[in-house]
Amino acid sequence: MASTAHGNSAAAARLAPEMKHPDNSAIVHESNGKLRFEISHLNFFYGPKQAVFDLNLNIPKNRVTALIGPSGCGKSTFLRTLNRMNETIRNTRVEGEILLDGQDILQMDVVGLRRRVGMVFQRPNPFPKSIYENVAYGLRINGYKGRLHDLVEHSLRRAALWDEVKDYLHKSAFALSGGQQQRLCIARALAVDPEVLLLDEPCSALDPVTTAKIEELMFHLKDSCTLAIVTHNMQQAARASDFTAFMLDGKLIEHSETSKLFTTPKDPRTEAYITGRFG
Amino acid sequence: MNRIRLIWRKSLNVFMLTMTGVAALAVVSVLFLILGYLIVNGGRSLNWAFFTQLPKPVGEVGGGMANAIVGSLKLLLLAALTGLPIGLLAGVYLAEFGGKTFSFITRYTTDLLNGVPSIVIGIFAYSLFVLPVKHFSTLAGGFALGIMVIPITVRSTEEFLRAVPGTLREGAMALGASKWRTIATVVLPAASGGIITGMLLALARVAGETAPLLFTAFSNRYWSPGWTQPIASLPVMIYTYAIAPYDDWHRQAWAAGLVLLALVLLANLGCRFVLNRRGFTRSV
Repeated sequence: MASTAHGNSAAAARLAPEMKHPDNSAIVHESNGKLRFEISHLNFFYGPKQAVFDLNLNIPKNRVTALIGPSGCGKSTFLRTLNRMNETIRNTRVEGEILLDGQDILQMDVVGLRRRVGMVFQRPNPFPKSIYENVAYGLRINGYKGRLHDLVEHSLRRAALWDEVKDYLHKSAFALSGGQQQRLCIARALAVDPEVLLLDEPCSALDPVTTAKIEELMFHLKDSCTLAIVTHNMQQAARASDFTAFMLDGKLIEHSETSKLFTTPKDPRTEAYITGRFG
Repeated sequence: MNRIRLIWRKSLNVFMLTMTGVAALAVVSVLFLILGYLIVNGGRSLNWAFFTQLPKPVGEVGGGMANAIVGSLKLLLLAALTGLPIGLLAGVYLAEFGGKTFSFITRYTTDLLNGVPSIVIGIFAYSLFVLPVKHFSTLAGGFALGIMVIPITVRSTEEFLRAVPGTLREGAMALGASKWRTIATVVLPAASGGIITGMLLALARVAGETAPLLFTAFSNRYWSPGWTQPIASLPVMIYTYAIAPYDDWHRQAWAAGLVLLALVLLANLGCRFVLNRRGFTRSV
């Protein structure tokens, strides 16, 4: 699937020379050189339509990386390439290289990859099972043989939901509120102890109080996990992330420390977007 | 001018509302008329003997249809065993896996099969299972009913699976579940309420079929041992008894109709009760 480096750089040069190499050196430096994901020359296609163009981006370990940009700019598509969720959609194609801890994910077993790279979706999507079974699901399908209950409790605690549901573990997950359901989905993803957690606009269906809870949760999860979050909410990116990447029309425009990107954006388009002049 | 249009519009509204209401009422009243008629006519001849005794010889009053009740259950069991698994798996294929062309063909064929007159299916089963062995059998009847179960199950399964939101599938797959695992552990349970209801409706539908049994299972005035002999069934008994020239047989035919309807209703209610108690299927 990955095309040659030569072909890619030629394509990149043709497309947009000024964004061929977004400045990743600063990212490497700020995160002490520890990178979880290294993505280079990523192109993504829905059938004939290209959605991501020659994207180069590094995601540092134990940090929160936010992806911002107007609707349809390819940020969700990009996020979904990181655990190869796009493969569930027909007629899609990916080119380029995505390294997870130095290994090419396109060569990996997809089940193993998704165990290591968990995902939380825009709308809470609990399974029609009990709260307990929702969290235990990932463990069960991965053939976990240890003490299920301890891990369920641990995961619910990590998702800051344990105290609210500990007496109702065997009630249907649908009985929970939207915010609780979303935290349940986070607990479900955490149960298999992923190295990376991808969050695709996890708060867009939630109220501000619940959103604050999830942002706090992300802050605590950084210790044990690498996070990448797609968000429409620029305040959220500014509050909750360490690094921010701005995408436009399928291309990465700017990527730097969140504080820098929001105070001194280098690209005029980034400035236009974060000051609300479009998008 | 405006006033006339207003009056016209309003009266049209009232007219249409009345028409749809009357039609809805007609639907409900047809069911209740049938039910009431069955209870009035069948209830009188319904007694303990009806459930426990074999039919009496011609000319003798009394007796029951125990063999036909058991026979109907045996035939339905066979129909369920043959028709439901095939229908379920084909429905899963159409909803979750199917490519464009083959799905289209399958769907179209299923609809055609659903439209095949039941007597034709009876002839088919007859030529396949009765002619070679030269006698009627329970198996042939169960097979004929099983074929009729398939198309209904396929389409209802497909429809309820399609109603399961795609985000649930993504959620499972993002946890590392394979496609088949996702379907088996998340999608099917989420749709189980609807699928099981669809299956029950399919069985209820064939429980009352007479034509495909006439020359497959035939009938039997005695107990039918095993699965290779002709067997009595409630619909065929109703048919036989209703056209016979005896008043007592007419009454028993009514009673058989009532029992048949009651069996179907009970199965339906029982299934709903179990599903509701489980409680996880409602919000999907």
